[in-house]
Amino acid sequence: MSVTSSAAAISAARASGRAALIGYLPVGFPSVAGSLAALSTLCGADGSSEGVDLVEIGMPYSDPVMDGPVIQRAGTRALARGVRTTDVFAAVEAVRAAGKPAVVMTYWNLVDRYGVDAFARDLANAGGSGLITPDLIPDEAGEWLAASDAYGLDRVFLVSPSSTDERISMTAQAARGWLYATAVMGVTGTRSASSDAAPKLVERIRSLAPGLPIGVGLGVSNGDQAAEIGRFADAVIVGSALIKPLLVADDAGTPEDLSGLRTVVADLVQGVRR
Amino acid sequence: MNRRVNQASLPDPSGHFDIFGGRYVPEALVAALDQLDAEFTRANADPDFWAELNRLRREYSGRPTPLTEVPRFAAHCGRARVLLKREDLNHTGSHKINNVLGQALLTKRMGKTRVIAETGAGQHGVATATAAALMGLECRVYMGKVDTDRQALNVARMQLLGAEVVAVESGSQTLKDAMNEAMRDWVATVDDTHYLIGTVAGAHPFPKIVREFQRVISTEIAEQMTERFGQLPDAVCACVGGGSNALGTFADFIDTPQVALYGFEAGGDGVETGRHAASIQGGSVGVLHGMRTYVLQDADGQTMDSHSISAGLDYPGVGPEHAWLAATGRADYEAVTDTEAMAAFQLLCRTEGIMPAIESAHALAGVMRLGQRLAVEQPDATPLIVACLSGRGDKDVATAISYFGLPGHPDLYTGGQA
Repeated sequence: MSVTSSAAAISAARASGRAALIGYLPVGFPSVAGSLAALSTLCGADGSSEGVDLVEIGMPYSDPVMDGPVIQRAGTRALARGVRTTDVFAAVEAVRAAGKPAVVMTYWNLVDRYGVDAFARDLANAGGSGLITPDLIPDEAGEWLAASDAYGLDRVFLVSPSSTDERISMTAQAARGWLYATAVMGVTGTRSASSDAAPKLVERIRSLAPGLPIGVGLGVSNGDQAAEIGRFADAVIVGSALIKPLLVADDAGTPEDLSGLRTVVADLVQGVRR
Repeated sequence: MNRRVNQASLPDPSGHFDIFGGRYVPEALVAALDQLDAEFTRANADPDFWAELNRLRREYSGRPTPLTEVPRFAAHCGRARVLLKREDLNHTGSHKINNVLGQALLTKRMGKTRVIAETGAGQHGVATATAAALMGLECRVYMGKVDTDRQALNVARMQLLGAEVVAVESGSQTLKDAMNEAMRDWVATVDDTHYLIGTVAGAHPFPKIVREFQRVISTEIAEQMTERFGQLPDAVCACVGGGSNALGTFADFIDTPQVALYGFEAGGDGVETGRHAASIQGGSVGVLHGMRTYVLQDADGQTMDSHSISAGLDYPGVGPEHAWLAATGRADYEAVTDTEAMAAFQLLCRTEGIMPAIESAHALAGVMRLGQRLAVEQPDATPLIVACLSGRGDKDVATAISYFGLPGHPDLYTGGQA
């Protein structure tokens, strides 16, 4: 496995005795250039923090059924402002230039339309580590399994508290890199408290697929929650909480203002180091 | 591609109609889809389940629905004799109740206490609210904000029936966005909630289950035609949005090649204008709402807004079995514009005293075109054509008033005021 793979970033954090921090931002919001600047801040390239360990770049989609209102709003604006599928490769390159590995999170039709093999090729060429596929389960993933094999890309599938043991095992078998465990039954978005479903699910995955790193996401909003989840997960995934300050800046007519994002990133970076 | 596949064996166990269908959904929903598939399989083999559903169809919904010959309308359809399958005479005014009663019974069997639904024109929402009231289920209906505005009467009907109506303000604020929002609800509530999808779309097993509950339409057509004419129809026609009334109309005839199958999609301003909802005629193969099918999408795969005067057909995808029937050539699909549909709407009102839903008027316009075409192609034949009149038009009166520019006041006054 190549050194840039997303799993390597998770193991490196583990080696230093903490959970990895994975941050999600969509390409194209507040603009393509603005999203590249925000991704750079997320990576800590502006010196404001050590940055996240791994970046998850979201591709805005017209029908994001796994996303709550915050990510929907950012995605809708990105699409209205003209973001295209090919912009995601520039975002991957920007993250790589900032010294961090990148995975892309995308609904399947965008990859299907681009051409699965062509997408895998261009993602690998841009330096991307792999894909998180919220609406592609291994049962339908034949073409992606082949393309990700051909280009050495990680394939991160989701598992949920409702997944049976049999499906967790099957999904872990099909995955490469790590598994995305959804902490709650629901869509993305910050919540005041994470549920106890998450530690139970992580425990189940560990017994069924020992050794496969597990990232936990959905509902993580601050450093305290990141610290709490970091105690049982290999990686903590944060999305909506990072986008909220960008939406506030965009609404205020100052989309270039990244100060709110810096504060949230610093708090989360601290959280996983507690 | 014309490969021979026995329709009774489709979808395959993983929910595919050849390359179409499947399950493109978050993993969080897979357990619920598996549970639903297993429960449907058990119920389908259980005579008590069908006895109860058939009792409700007979005593509550009013089945069998009549097959009405419409000679004054048929005078505009070449030499064809035209019969309408009167799904508009079902309780709640459309074919939607056929599916809803079946799925509501499944909900009870699964021990779930709440149903959610998406609706476009409001017909499925009203049917769902009705079944929920009948069976004591909690009910929430998601409806695009554009549709709650243009179908205010149906919003009120659902509320009167005890359902909560949520206006969806994301995206294009129509049926597709209502489906997205219902999916988001379901991901969070799947333990006690059944997503009562209203059409033969979505992830497996929904396309199969909804088809089986709508199959009664074609079963009755076959019986009524045999009894009255001693033969099956030469062609059956239906409008296609997601495609549930059409698949119900086709189901029993798919393996009977002498019955031609015609689906009429919403052509909006015309397929060539790009402002339409004809996914098969004007779309391409993609993934939407859990299924691989024909989708209206841009070069990147972003779903494009659909356009139709009919809220119930205003959807940028189509059920995967229709995609398969189109690709194999077993069924023919054509687009009918807003203008053609509204002309047929008015014609049926004036010639037969039947006010169709604007959705169903697309099928009527299709029958006019088909009958006229057949009169040229086979000048000596008198084809027997059955069209599914999927719903009644009361809900569309406001749209019709504005479309036809009706004055909104009486035609004449008698005078004699003080």
